[in-house]
Amino acid sequence: MATQSTTRKSDNDKAIIRQRIGHGLMIAVLAILLVIFIWPFFMVLTNAFKSMSDITGEPLSIVGSHGFTLNNFTSAMRKMHFWRVFGNSALITVSATVLTVLVSAMAAYVIVRNPRWTASKLTFAAMVASMVIPFQVIMVPLVSVYGGYLGVLNSRLTLILMHVGFSVSLAVFMFHGAIKTNVPIELEEAAEIDGASKWRTFWTVVFPLLKPTAATVAIIDAMAFWNDYLLPSLVLTDKKIYTIPIATQVFYGTYSTDIGLVMAALLLAMLPILILYLALQRFIVAGVTAGAVKG
Amino acid sequence: MMFAGPATILFCAVVVVPFIYGLYLTLTSWDGIANNKPFVGLQNYRDAFADTAYWSALGRTAIYSVISVVLVNVVAFFLAYLVTSGIKGQNFFRAGFFIPNLIGGIVLGYVWKFVFNRAFVAIGTALTGHEGASLLGTTNGALFALILVSVWQYAGYMMLIYVAGFMGVDDSLKEAALIDGCTNGQAMRNVVIPLMRSSFVQCIFLSTTRCFMVYDLNLSLTKGEPFNTSVMAAMHVYNKAFVYKNYGVGQAEALILFIICAVIGMIQVYVGKKGEVEA
Repeated sequence: MATQSTTRKSDNDKAIIRQRIGHGLMIAVLAILLVIFIWPFFMVLTNAFKSMSDITGEPLSIVGSHGFTLNNFTSAMRKMHFWRVFGNSALITVSATVLTVLVSAMAAYVIVRNPRWTASKLTFAAMVASMVIPFQVIMVPLVSVYGGYLGVLNSRLTLILMHVGFSVSLAVFMFHGAIKTNVPIELEEAAEIDGASKWRTFWTVVFPLLKPTAATVAIIDAMAFWNDYLLPSLVLTDKKIYTIPIATQVFYGTYSTDIGLVMAALLLAMLPILILYLALQRFIVAGVTAGAVKG
Repeated sequence: MMFAGPATILFCAVVVVPFIYGLYLTLTSWDGIANNKPFVGLQNYRDAFADTAYWSALGRTAIYSVISVVLVNVVAFFLAYLVTSGIKGQNFFRAGFFIPNLIGGIVLGYVWKFVFNRAFVAIGTALTGHEGASLLGTTNGALFALILVSVWQYAGYMMLIYVAGFMGVDDSLKEAALIDGCTNGQAMRNVVIPLMRSSFVQCIFLSTTRCFMVYDLNLSLTKGEPFNTSVMAAMHVYNKAFVYKNYGVGQAEALILFIICAVIGMIQVYVGKKGEVEA
């Protein structure tokens, strides 16, 4: 009896030791992989603070032999009009995200609560089907209609509304699922009996229940809007309203030989979202994971 | 009506109307400037089918997509397995591997262009002792670069989907399999992976459509060079329309891309449904 329990105990010890070694190995593998993953960013970070000759001569060193310099930075900030393009990107991303969340939640609500209407059936079917349409099919007619006939391109408002138009289908789809499963119709009936209007019922009863989905939609869309290049490049032609991706592309085209300047500009282009990620990392990871489950 | 109005109107204005109008554009030869759009019937489709550059771009895109999708999903699944195994700091690792997805294709492309043209060359020179050339200068090197960067970029995103899949599998099912004498590998193959079917379908579909439509990265990392041998389908369509001002043919070629995407989408729905019945 006694021997049996000791062997079992040592078996347990062995299992624990084995597990610890296993975990240690996994952490080591992950750490090495993560270093490899982050290394390209590290290259940009170190080289942005080097002089031109140090970058071409010794791109791998952490500090160049001519020392640390901020010249690339100040010059890139001025030449890419950093604060202006940052402001444009922020304005466009925030407005388009807020609008997408609000109008999609409202549309999804109507569609879920009126399943018999032909209009709501048709809209929902069209939205789901449209998700397989690649942007390349839309871009030529889009430029033709809004540039050629209506002449409303080259405006931030047009871009914002277009961003919303392209992202409502997925957002409506996600809100549709959330309303169906998370919003009991009894709550709305109670609010209606208490005399609340449809508008008020939606904003005070329904929408608060949709907050987790709204957060997911907002995170996914904000990342897409912030980083989008193709649509903004077709809509925005005036330098004054460039967003960060377009400014980066144009900057590279102009200054590609001044590699130090390019490194600083790339670092500037990445900084805002990386700083935001440091603060909101938990929510962003959770939001994307939740979006994966629902989408 | 007031509720659903804004979303529906915007959706119709930027998706439905241009899509239908685009169908009409494929039947005209428009140069992008003139007001009149001469009707040419099916000529654009004939031109599109005869456009060898387009078909080789499509073939190249298919090769690039297949290799990228396989590697993205292998790496993502492996990472997801490691970061859900209960080790310390798994949230830190999840957040870390996701970082490339925060940054757009244009910026990432230029970051990697520097790595390929300078850092890798410097490493190569240090290792072999003589001045190396950049991989981006050769046809296969450029394709390899696009694949490497795509895998690096998307692996973190797909990892999160697989993480959600792993967390959706009840631990007790795996434990039961282990008690019944399965090895870890067998439990993974026969219990966990079949239960994660929907994650696989979703990841494969998402990575396929993203790779197939690659544009930003293509533009910044290789710009189609050397000698247009790394032009992917989306870039070819863009150039056809906006660079060579051949809007009708460009639109016809875009429509062929759409049909390919729609077929991939239908396959996904079909495979997804089939899996549901089994489970």
